[in-house]
Amino acid sequence: MEKKLKLSEKKIEKARTLAENITGKIQNYIDSHTTVAVERASLRLLGADGADKNGVPVPNIIADSLKDKCGFGLCKYYLNALAKTGLDVKELNEKIAEGLDISKIDMADLKSVEIKAKEEIEKLDKRLEENVSYRNKKLSEFAENEKKPWIYVIVATGNIYEDVKQAKAAASQGADIIAVIRTTAQSLLDYVPYGATTEGFGGTYATQENFKIMRKALDEVSEKEKRYIRLVNYCSGLCMPEIAAMGAMERLDMMLNDSMYGILFRDINMYRTFTDQFFSRMINARAEIIINTGEDNYLTTSDAVEKAHTVLASQFLNESFAKRAGMKEELMGLGHAFEMNPEIKSGFLMEFSQALMAREIFDKHPLKYMPPTKFMTGDIFKGYAMNTMFNFVSKATGQTIELLGMLTEAIHTPYMQDRALAIKNALYVHNNIDGFLEEIEFKKDSTIRKRAAQVLDETVQMLSSVKKIGLFKAIESGMFADVKRPPEGGKGLEGVFEKENGYYNPVEKYLKNKLGIADTAEAK
Amino acid sequence: MKPIKAYGDTLGDGAIQLSFTLPVSFGGKAKEAAKIYVQKMGFKSADIVHAEPLSEEFTFFVAYGKTDNYVDYDSVEYSEAVDKAMSMDEVNAFIKQNFKRKIVIVGACTGFDAHTVGIDAIMNMKGYNHHFGLERYPMIEALNMGSQVPNEKLIEQAVKINADAILVSQIVTQKDTHIKNLTNFIELLEAEKLRKRFILVVGGPRINNKLAAEIGFDAGFGSGTYAEDVATFIVKKMYERLSEKK
Ligand code: B12
Repeated sequence: MEKKLKLSEKKIEKARTLAENITGKIQNYIDSHTTVAVERASLRLLGADGADKNGVPVPNIIADSLKDKCGFGLCKYYLNALAKTGLDVKELNEKIAEGLDISKIDMADLKSVEIKAKEEIEKLDKRLEENVSYRNKKLSEFAENEKKPWIYVIVATGNIYEDVKQAKAAASQGADIIAVIRTTAQSLLDYVPYGATTEGFGGTYATQENFKIMRKALDEVSEKEKRYIRLVNYCSGLCMPEIAAMGAMERLDMMLNDSMYGILFRDINMYRTFTDQFFSRMINARAEIIINTGEDNYLTTSDAVEKAHTVLASQFLNESFAKRAGMKEELMGLGHAFEMNPEIKSGFLMEFSQALMAREIFDKHPLKYMPPTKFMTGDIFKGYAMNTMFNFVSKATGQTIELLGMLTEAIHTPYMQDRALAIKNALYVHNNIDGFLEEIEFKKDSTIRKRAAQVLDETVQMLSSVKKIGLFKAIESGMFADVKRPPEGGKGLEGVFEKENGYYNPVEKYLKNKLGIADTAEAK
Repeated sequence: MKPIKAYGDTLGDGAIQLSFTLPVSFGGKAKEAAKIYVQKMGFKSADIVHAEPLSEEFTFFVAYGKTDNYVDYDSVEYSEAVDKAMSMDEVNAFIKQNFKRKIVIVGACTGFDAHTVGIDAIMNMKGYNHHFGLERYPMIEALNMGSQVPNEKLIEQAVKINADAILVSQIVTQKDTHIKNLTNFIELLEAEKLRKRFILVVGGPRINNKLAAEIGFDAGFGSGTYAEDVATFIVKKMYERLSEKK
């Protein structure tokens, strides 16, 4: 794609280098730590699953009985139990759910643990590989029907079976991506509920069974529509790495997965979040799941015009963190949004400029563009007009993933008809303005070019300041989203552990191997 | 008696537009069903002006109808918490003159609700839409506890700093979670015999003054509220209570 904003490549490079520098400091911390959620995710990937009669998931039962052992890695105990009992994974899970305490089983020699590890990792690798190749096969089979941007809509009835109806309808109307939004406050649960669910508030529980049910439905509709319909969930909150694990196993295609969202918007501890995001992103990278980052949210708590550079700065940081987790650019769905106050004169020019800026700076990345939300009101008619403007910018600037605005954004999670109207609007605009950008160029002194240059300048400045004080301090002082979080504050710090000498995690090792990440912790 | 009806282009025509989805597949029969459905809602005439399939099992309709139903406007009871808001300066002057001390206000977005923008708009220095927030008021000591604050914590804090008023924000309303949470808040206060100690104000996009009163709050504010509306209500209410005591 020809670049039209003529942004300074040098400044872009500078911003990238600053971001590398900033995340490097955090990565040192990450490499020497684990969390209870990372351990539970690793257990899940080895096969731990199911729940006891009170609904406590097996990975939690294991982690609870071995709380003080997290720093040594919990996989060893599970693998040891497999080796010692001779049970298979399914049988062992049942026994644990019935009360078997694996912390009480004598440790076999490391050799037999490693044999078991090898077996289970091979199974895991096979499962992930099958998922990746199935997806790729379907994507190429239906390649001729792919349209750009990909149309992304949300379902959120609270009941997975109702969600299926809504999702299938949306796909048949033209949606390419279905996100099942999570129930209010699931991100604060320190466990992932088990089984299919039919109750939720403003969303549906993310459970492995729910993933499975929706995946099956979307696979069916994909065949019918001759388009591969992607499935999305939310890999954030206290169970971020576990959700990644479940998504990888059930062939989700995208995950909301931001390096800072939990800290800023759910008050989750920063040490916990940074450590968890790394592990989650390794899983997503291995399973070739596109991540979506959450920069759009900054513009709801801070001003979209004044704080545009915080979005770009955060995109550079998210990119750098993702790179460290072995992720290719093609999987980095960096987020941004059309969130300016609609009363602003020539606001459209700024929105256009920033969207194109993101496109030109992150040219390999499947950018995720978010619609107006904060200034949507009960006036659904005005809202529909705003969404049309958004659709215009999205198509004209070549965004990859377009989350459609709903005319009822300020009222409720979408009704079936709201979604249908949104898709109709988008398809109309996408078709009608096809080829628009190829026809135009921007004057040197145009608002559109000047605005992008200004945002980039401010971004470099901001990243320089962040580098000086470090990312922890930057977050503490409210530099992102105008939200201030102290490093020791927030939820989940008690679940963070320094890796002890002899920390053992075959899943981590497998992921790092696969992704070509140097295992610094081991080298130490 | 003042009967009123919806207005299209002739006073009293009772013209209304509707849009809705029915769980049937698209076709002439579906349209006929939609028409009957609209008539059953009390529309003497009903036109299905648009119908389209949303999937094999659902159809979307746009309809226009006319109805003879009316409302007697004179019998409608509703009053806003504040008729006319004072400005920030007027509020300050009012506090100085009548209470001779700073007043203390604590607020939070409570329960599982993580939306801070609304309560920030009312309380934070910067305010909203060029209307300063309560923190900016020289005669008001404002403490914003943020979001996801448990009711117990908010009450505890209010007692600790000896607040004059408590502000509660509720944005998530799906399945009436806000009603349950707000009711629990009032019950907790009553259990501790604290209900009368504070002026209680609730706000959010689905809140109005009538709903607030039904739950047990002193006032409720909806979309488009500014700090001066809330401040005016609080200082007037405090003044009223002070006068009652005398
Ligand atoms: C921004 C936003 C978010 C941000 C919040 C960031 C933050 N720190 O606040 C994020 C992304 C985190 C978010 C998360 C979620 N959100 Co949200 N969000 C919104 C959005 C887009 C804008 C809200 C907003 O900021 N409005 C601007 C402010 C200024 O307006 P306001 O809140 O109405 O406040 C004004 C008045 O109401 C009043 N007021 C408000 N509080 C108070 C208090 C007092 C005392 C007074 C006097 C007045 C007052 O004064 C304010 C100024 O005028 C709305 C959609 C919309 N356009 O309304 C959805 C919306 C509120 N969210 C919704 C949902 C469902 C969620 C989630 C549950 C989604 C999920 N499943 O995870 C989560 C919530 C998680 C949780 N635990 O709460 C739904 C709620 C549906 C419903 N009716 O229940 C909405 C309507 C979107 C939708 N259509 O689905 N959200």
